[in-house]
Amino acid sequence: MFYLLGLLTVFSALLSVSSRNIFRSAIYLLFSLIGIAGLYFWLDYQFIAAVQIVVYVGGIAVLIIFSIFLTQQSGEKLPPVPGGRILFSALAAAAGIALVLSLMIRYGFASVAEKSSPTAAQIGEKMLDLNGYALPFELVSMLLLAAMIGCIVIALKKTETK
Amino acid sequence: MMEPGLYHLLVIGALLFFTGIYGFFTRRNMISMLMSIELMLNSVNINFIAFNKYLWPDTLGGTFFTVFVIAIAAAEAAVALAIIINLYRSHQSINVEVAEEMKY
Repeated sequence: MFYLLGLLTVFSALLSVSSRNIFRSAIYLLFSLIGIAGLYFWLDYQFIAAVQIVVYVGGIAVLIIFSIFLTQQSGEKLPPVPGGRILFSALAAAAGIALVLSLMIRYGFASVAEKSSPTAAQIGEKMLDLNGYALPFELVSMLLLAAMIGCIVIALKKTETK
Repeated sequence: MMEPGLYHLLVIGALLFFTGIYGFFTRRNMISMLMSIELMLNSVNINFIAFNKYLWPDTLGGTFFTVFVIAIAAAEAAVALAIIINLYRSHQSINVEVAEEMKY
């Protein structure tokens, strides 16, 4: 099951960055995000998996698809990428993967035997605990408010100047 | 095949991250670049969750970082798409090379 989910995630991600049809690329991204949510379910992190599905698959992916509809003529393909750029980007990515994998293998993480995953109740208690994560929680809510106001201001600018 | 563990998740995270890097370097369409950034953020989330589960299962640090990264990614995507749509209205294009008023 794990290997299936991992393959789905990585292959959809690869197709998403290489597809020349931007709408298809968004759909592949959607599958990749669903695969990641499946990985969280496999790891027994139900809360994170639910948040991933609600926010990424339900929110961000739909937002991206709508903005593709707003900004792209339908059926139009992206211009082909020059070969040199593909070559050097692939080289950079391959070098990065090689570096990360070699570092990871040499470090040798000591895995803990006892594996428990947090329940939603534990997460909620810790999130409102003053000695836990209450301050970042409030900060994130302020950030979301600021982002909301920012979006409204950016969207309004055009109609004011008319 | 052995039992999937920490290393398998870290390898998936690394592959996803550098897939995102590759997409970010090759694409010139702003929405495509944003999608690559989402891939990179997701790979980081996978790493946080893997470390939380396999190395420090008694703490909740990785879980909280993941929740906050998801929240910040949502805010970032919303603002970025608002800017992109506004840019499309004024330039009729969302290619990064068209938006160069603030260069130099």
